[in-house]
Amino acid sequence: MTIDRKELDAAGRVRHETPPGPRTEVPAVDRVGVEHGASGSRVHLEDVKAYYGTKRVLHGITLSLEPGVVTGIIGPSGCGKSTMVRCINRMHEEVPGGRCEGRILLDEIDLNGPEVDVVGVRRAVGMVFQKPNPFPTMSILGNVLAGLRFVGVPRERRIERAEAALTDAGLWDEVKDRLSDPGVSLSGGQQQRLCIARALAVEPDVLLMDEPCSALDPAATMRIEELITQLKRRVTIALVTHNMQQAARIADVTAFMLAGELIEVGSTDRMFTDPQDERTEQYVTGRFG
Amino acid sequence: MRLRQMAVDPLGARVPNLRRRRIVNAAWIGSAWAGASIAVGLLLVVVAGVVARGIGSINPTFLTTPTDPFGSGGGISNAIVGTAILVALASAMAVPVGILTALYTSEFASRRLASGLRYVLDVLNGVPTIITGIFVFGLLVVGRSQSGWAGAAGLAIVMVPLIARSGQEVLALVPSGLREASLALGASRWRTVLRVVIPTSIGGLVTGALLAVARAAGETAPLLFTCSIFPNLVQTDPSRVLPNIPITIFQFSESPDPVKHAQAWAAALVLIAFVLAVSMVARLLSARTRRRLQELR
Ligand SMILES: Nc1ncnc2c1ncn2[C@@H]1O[C@H](COP(=O)(O)OP(=O)(O)O)[C@@H](O)[C@H]1O
Ligand SMILES: [Mg+2]
Repeated sequence: MTIDRKELDAAGRVRHETPPGPRTEVPAVDRVGVEHGASGSRVHLEDVKAYYGTKRVLHGITLSLEPGVVTGIIGPSGCGKSTMVRCINRMHEEVPGGRCEGRILLDEIDLNGPEVDVVGVRRAVGMVFQKPNPFPTMSILGNVLAGLRFVGVPRERRIERAEAALTDAGLWDEVKDRLSDPGVSLSGGQQQRLCIARALAVEPDVLLMDEPCSALDPAATMRIEELITQLKRRVTIALVTHNMQQAARIADVTAFMLAGELIEVGSTDRMFTDPQDERTEQYVTGRFG
Repeated sequence: MRLRQMAVDPLGARVPNLRRRRIVNAAWIGSAWAGASIAVGLLLVVVAGVVARGIGSINPTFLTTPTDPFGSGGGISNAIVGTAILVALASAMAVPVGILTALYTSEFASRRLASGLRYVLDVLNGVPTIITGIFVFGLLVVGRSQSGWAGAAGLAIVMVPLIARSGQEVLALVPSGLREASLALGASRWRTVLRVVIPTSIGGLVTGALLAVARAAGETAPLLFTCSIFPNLVQTDPSRVLPNIPITIFQFSESPDPVKHAQAWAAALVLIAFVLAVSMVARLLSARTRRRLQELR
């Protein structure tokens, strides 16, 4: 975090002078899985509302993503999972009419603050999409270098960062002899790990993953799940999934959303065995959604 | 398929008016087929006619000698050179404007502005080229004189909407996931366009430009008032009037000399060969790009 924090500040952004105001009631989060020395950042959403034009699709979400923890976000399709994570890296505002209210804090920086530059936000908060989307005109290496080029890492440092990122994404051994092949020549699962490497290369503090396995076969899914478990020590992870088994396998904390509301959040074990809210129980037992 | 239809369909009784449906279906397919055949047939007839009448006059001298106004020994080298320069100049003006327009509408403009711009381009595309010619005449020729610049400007006005519209269509094929991936890495919009959108769609953009070049090479009306009174010698200075193939074809065909008539067909053959060659390259490129973009969807 230290390096990126400096870069965030160096880019002319200021941190909050005043401490965050009184917080609305946060749903009880069981503190589980928080590992000491986890190096991601804490993300805190406070009463976040999101709109497409005049249509409101998030009705005041308050949720924390803790470092060292994989936060699974589950809920029926259309409940606003993607919109919520896209607010965190401010991709929501790229949609015509996309607007977001409320406060989103990255540690103590308000990501929607007037002095905060969106490039700094996207750099601190990486994203992996549902469909693997390597740049088709770029090689495997080129894809990993792309983000570094975008954010202006000096040329001589890029290659080592790219190798490190590919290693972290568990892809290095598979691609080290074919780095100049097109990124799209890889298999679907490899492409998704390439996208993870591309996101990791810029050393984000938070990684948003929006149904990263839904286009992949079970074997590739398993590789990515292992990877997520390894990465959570370094980067705070939000994992959107429509697959409850997946949340049960790898999320430490699970948040359940319904129709733009956060219904319940808690340790995954508890959410699946002893949900407090009736709707959560119905959802996790497969009775609707 | 045919066999199945002819056999008694065991489920046919459940579909009302089965016979009528089949007849209507066959009639539609038949008329579509006829329409397509007429289109292909027309192209073949035009090309074959031009080849048959023009091929006899094509020879090295014809291609390398300037027009001889009186004798029958001359060729059209001056018109070939002039058309090459006119088209090159027109492309230099129209390609950047057309592609930037396409990029602006597809990547930056709001949805409403984009649809307005598309409409404007469609209207511009539909403006009769003779009116384009008169417009350029009023703007660049009146009070001065005809020139290669004026002719090229007329051709460029024809090219811009073609390039912009085809560009927009290609850009619409670029998956939005790629733009998102780039933006999510912290790239700005223009950088995303430069590094991701353009490289992904470059083949299609070039295709659109090539088809516009093919179209401009044969345009006559924009040149009629702007670049039509030219000498019978090779001219390369665009501030003078550049000889060109379309006007040459017109002049030769007006001539009383039957040799010139034959040369008009030969000049038409040169033009049509150029157009076919450029379209073929464009098609190859476009097939490749489309395949790639389709794979990404
Ligand atoms: N581009 C858009 N324009 C308008 N409404 C949208 C758009 N994208 C999503 N929505 C609406 O926002 C709501 C939440 O969508 P989304 O965040 O994609 O849900 P999820 O990811 O949970 O399936 C849905 O009702 C959806 O119809
Ligand atoms: Mg979604």
